[in-house]
Amino acid sequence: MHLGVSESMRECEYSQISTRSSTPMETPYKKRTPKKRKWEIFPGRNKFYCDGRVMMAKQTGVFYLTLILILVTCGLFFTFDCPFLAQQLTPVIPVSFLFDLYVSLLYFLQDVANGGTGYRPPPRTKEVVINGQTVKLKYCFTCKIFRPPRASHCSLCDNCVERFDHHCPWVGNCVGRRNYRFFYMFILSLSFLTIFIFAFVITHIILRSHQNGFLSALKDSPLVVCFFSVWSIVGLSGFHTYLISSNQTTNEDIKGSWSSKRGKDNYNPYSYGNIFTNCCACDQDQCIQSTKFVLQAAATPLLQHQSSEPVILTTSPENGGTLPGRASLALTGPCTSLPLGQPTPPTSTSSLSCHEAADKLPESVFQHHFLTPEEVPSPPGMLHCGSPMGHSHTTQAGFYDPASQDSLHEDSVRGLVKLSSV
Amino acid sequence: MRQQAAITAKVFIQRDYSSGTMCQFQTKFPSELENRIDKQQFEETVRALNNMYAEAEKLGSQSYIEGCLACLTAYTVFLCMETHYEKVLKKIAKYIQEQNDKIYAPRGLLLTDPIERGLRVVEITIFEDRSLTR
Repeated sequence: MHLGVSESMRECEYSQISTRSSTPMETPYKKRTPKKRKWEIFPGRNKFYCDGRVMMAKQTGVFYLTLILILVTCGLFFTFDCPFLAQQLTPVIPVSFLFDLYVSLLYFLQDVANGGTGYRPPPRTKEVVINGQTVKLKYCFTCKIFRPPRASHCSLCDNCVERFDHHCPWVGNCVGRRNYRFFYMFILSLSFLTIFIFAFVITHIILRSHQNGFLSALKDSPLVVCFFSVWSIVGLSGFHTYLISSNQTTNEDIKGSWSSKRGKDNYNPYSYGNIFTNCCACDQDQCIQSTKFVLQAAATPLLQHQSSEPVILTTSPENGGTLPGRASLALTGPCTSLPLGQPTPPTSTSSLSCHEAADKLPESVFQHHFLTPEEVPSPPGMLHCGSPMGHSHTTQAGFYDPASQDSLHEDSVRGLVKLSSV
Repeated sequence: MRQQAAITAKVFIQRDYSSGTMCQFQTKFPSELENRIDKQQFEETVRALNNMYAEAEKLGSQSYIEGCLACLTAYTVFLCMETHYEKVLKKIAKYIQEQNDKIYAPRGLLLTDPIERGLRVVEITIFEDRSLTR
């Protein structure tokens, strides 16, 4: 048993393992291909700008339309109503209006910039008990992961979104964990803005009518636009305030997931029971910092792992089934830990992994940090294949990064959407 | 020429959702690691990670102040300042590296920071144990 082996000997055996996974690979070959960001590898249906910092859905036109609509309305108000009101009432009006507009735009842009998406998380369903309530986790065939609780797949953005709220058509992006707070602040500040404009346009009209009794048609424009938007935006803000206080997402509310109508014992397992705690607990700071990290990470075919999972697998074709190809490999222990969680049938996967390892390794060597272990089958696949592995090892003499050994499964490439990694 | 370590298997420590969506990992000891590492050691590592994530997500006075400040400045304050969560994430990264250096690498194991996997799993890579083949 190797436990009896002395520490120094063991260290010698494993000295090649690099524990610094976050630093760039140091190879004796200084040749550096430009690092590929994860979002470049897995864009999904999203569009990325500013080197991955801004992530939007496919229809970016809608974003520009909304931006123009806001700016035009405010511009009209500023041009026609503000001078009059500044003279008649107080100059504070245009100042506070500009400030409110500025803040709204900031939130709007951050809402868009952050994107809602998480990652593409494998099939069927898995049941998990959260705070006493049983929640079914579905496997997303497109993203090839089991969706975590509260995640949902957006067909417009073509990826799974963590804590999926809804896909906002005005912003042209999904609203999820990372940008929910910006979205909420955006609609809140926008509702203040519209109420502000509406109130002062009416004041303007009233004051003018005392003087001349005549109002040009142009002055009516902000009024008309504001009139409709006030109700919808204020209504939306109110709705989201309610959602936050009960710690639900729009998706959950619409589906009535936690509605008492579904069953007597149905309740929201995520709610803290207290409105104030719910409001404060919403979203946490992962939203902010997540632009620096790749939240997805896929892969991990978690399915296999029957022994480590206390969850109940309802239907799992992979249950107890290691790939026939793998069974022949001499692996230590009952290596069922190898992630084989792809939805593709075992036979095709085993042939693919070996094949892919051969194809992908030379390129993957320098992309190690940015490949996700979608295909955990790769390690044994690589061992099996022999020569590609040998080849990759020689190129990384002196440094070994396990992440580089992960090969990409053809199917799952489209699954992942990420922002740039550090 | 030095021989490189080969990956034998990967073990994934799943998230523990029993107390909500807070980031917690299961402390159940996977059978694949039975002959590699001490159960106590492993559980201690996972518990330490869980505690750190709990600390990151904790709603204390600092997070309230940060939140209010962020709200008032339309989140532009984060261009100059790091959030409490980010600070703890850095601490976690350092802890994992230290654990790898001291405990896991000598045993032929490698922990991957869960943030690199989207906070979904803790990935433990098991390397081939050359001492067994000797």
